[in-house]
Amino acid sequence: MDNGLETEDTGGPKGEPHWLDRKRTGKRVFWGLIALCAGLGLADFLYRRHGIFDFEEFPLAYAIFGFVCFFGIVLSGYPLRKLVMRDEDYYDR
Amino acid sequence: MIADLPPGLILILGAILVPFLPGRLRQLYLLALPVLGGLQLYGLEHGSFAQTQIFGYQLTLLRVDALSVVFGTIFLITAFLNVIYGLHQRDAVQEAAALVYSGAAIGAVFVGDLISLFVFWELTAISSVFLIWASRNERAYRAGMRYLIIQVGSGVILLAGVILHAQATGSIAFDRLGLTNLATALIFIAFGIKCAFPFLHNWMQDAYPEATVVGTVVLSAFTTKLAIYALARAFPGTEILIYIGAIMTVFPVFFAVIENDLRRVLAFSLNNQLGFMVVGIGVGTPVALNGAISHAFVHIIYKALLFMSMGAVLHRVGTVKASELGGLFRSMPLTAVFCMVGAASISAFPLFSGFVTKSLTLTGVAEAGYVITWLVLVFASAGVLEHSGIKIPYFAFFAHDSGLRCREAPANMLIAMGLAAFLCIFLGVYPEPLYAMLPYQVDYEPYTTSHVLSQLQLLFFAMLAFAVLIRTGLYPAERPSTNLNTDWIYRKALPALVRWAMTVGAAVRDGVLARGRRRLERALVQITRHHGPEGILARTVTTGNTVLWVALLLAVMLLLNFV
Repeated sequence: MDNGLETEDTGGPKGEPHWLDRKRTGKRVFWGLIALCAGLGLADFLYRRHGIFDFEEFPLAYAIFGFVCFFGIVLSGYPLRKLVMRDEDYYDR
Repeated sequence: MIADLPPGLILILGAILVPFLPGRLRQLYLLALPVLGGLQLYGLEHGSFAQTQIFGYQLTLLRVDALSVVFGTIFLITAFLNVIYGLHQRDAVQEAAALVYSGAAIGAVFVGDLISLFVFWELTAISSVFLIWASRNERAYRAGMRYLIIQVGSGVILLAGVILHAQATGSIAFDRLGLTNLATALIFIAFGIKCAFPFLHNWMQDAYPEATVVGTVVLSAFTTKLAIYALARAFPGTEILIYIGAIMTVFPVFFAVIENDLRRVLAFSLNNQLGFMVVGIGVGTPVALNGAISHAFVHIIYKALLFMSMGAVLHRVGTVKASELGGLFRSMPLTAVFCMVGAASISAFPLFSGFVTKSLTLTGVAEAGYVITWLVLVFASAGVLEHSGIKIPYFAFFAHDSGLRCREAPANMLIAMGLAAFLCIFLGVYPEPLYAMLPYQVDYEPYTTSHVLSQLQLLFFAMLAFAVLIRTGLYPAERPSTNLNTDWIYRKALPALVRWAMTVGAAVRDGVLARGRRRLERALVQITRHHGPEGILARTVTTGNTVLWVALLLAVMLLLNFV
């Protein structure tokens, strides 16, 4: 069936990696993200956020919660893999 | 438009002609049916129509009110998008099954009694399984059978509940029931199975990724949201739903992290999103209910968009395993952009649809004072960002270059994804038309500085965590694997138990038979001893002896008579 799969590289011009593949793009994204987070964090000290619960108004409450939860969720994958991960053909055997 | 004709029936009856129509005409016909359904819906006035009496019970095939119109509208929009997405295929089975399935779900949304609900409920189960079987392989066949048993089982439980309810109350009206007795508990469980409550959920992660490219997109829209509709109709404000929903938002997050099949990741994500809606229904205040219903509305679109993008990848490169993908943005840039729009919507980025509805649900939960539940939902929001916001687009389109090169998705797929992406942004920027459709008057402004800032902080710091995990190499690599879930119980444990029971049963049977045989042998020895050629009972007794014994006996009797 012709599903459009091609073996030839149809990416960017030959010899030059796509701009999204360049190492410095990755670095720029990372530092850009840090700058954005710094700005968002700083905003908490310049503007008093309102929330339904008191603890929402604590500076950086959402920032810390978001960072910690995300970190925790990804790292929880390690013990969970040990517990439930099996070979791909587990049910076919 | 024909008066009193339920819009769902247009799709169901329309499906009959599908196999007989040739190429282009069939495509036009498929596109026309949801449009006709939509015209029919908007020509209807609020009220109950198409009523009939059967065995003393009043059936209502068309009950038009705000709640049914919201779900009917989104189901018709999705049915239309799904037709566009599937236009490249030439498979009458899938096309007809998708129409009947969509029509059954729309039909169920508009019924006003529980018996009609049961009929459409089962029809969604029976028609949708063909979208799984249409993959036409052994794995899909088995997954489809498991799916069918569970879905039909849900219908049977529903019917049992309806019969008990009708016996107890004499009513079959599909209105607010409340969790009050065995009958309503059975109905609640039936809804819970279709809604993928914890421990009743795994049919979804099991079956959806085995369906066809188009099939999974179609499946993702209807079954579970029909259950959400049914819960919103019959069980609003049922407190246990808050806790059930909260669990639903959390546990799939962990399973999605370690899952390699990206369509299965989306199935876990779907489970997590349903949790938000179930919590909103459980809280039951007008704000929370509006939150749940509007969330269902936008969720159907962005979830379909995400499934469409992964379907396009599967269609082009033949796999959606994260461990085999990466770098596809080169070959499928538009699909990548559409996928990211879906990812931003499900993650509730401001200006995308998830933001304006999830915040409504969270406000409803917070205003009702459920602090812990609210925290759980915010935690789950970070989880959504992880698996649907980042993992899906990152591992499919970016990450390391897998070397896979292919053409962009077919034009019809791109149009469907483009329309869905447009709706995600349109409703995110301009939610008023959606808010106006909701059953309760909404006085809610999602775009306050505090709210936008809070959400951006949550999301961008979570993204920072991702960037740190990637740069430090702590983010675990994707591995081909199968992850155990509750389906392990009926795919491994129960068959093993049955095998064990059969082994033990065979041993017991053999033991009993051996013992019986020994007893029989012993009995035969005794019988032979007494009745055999040498046995005492086999001896011949002479007539004279017998006469003597009889005479003796008579003498004794005589003596006894005189005593």
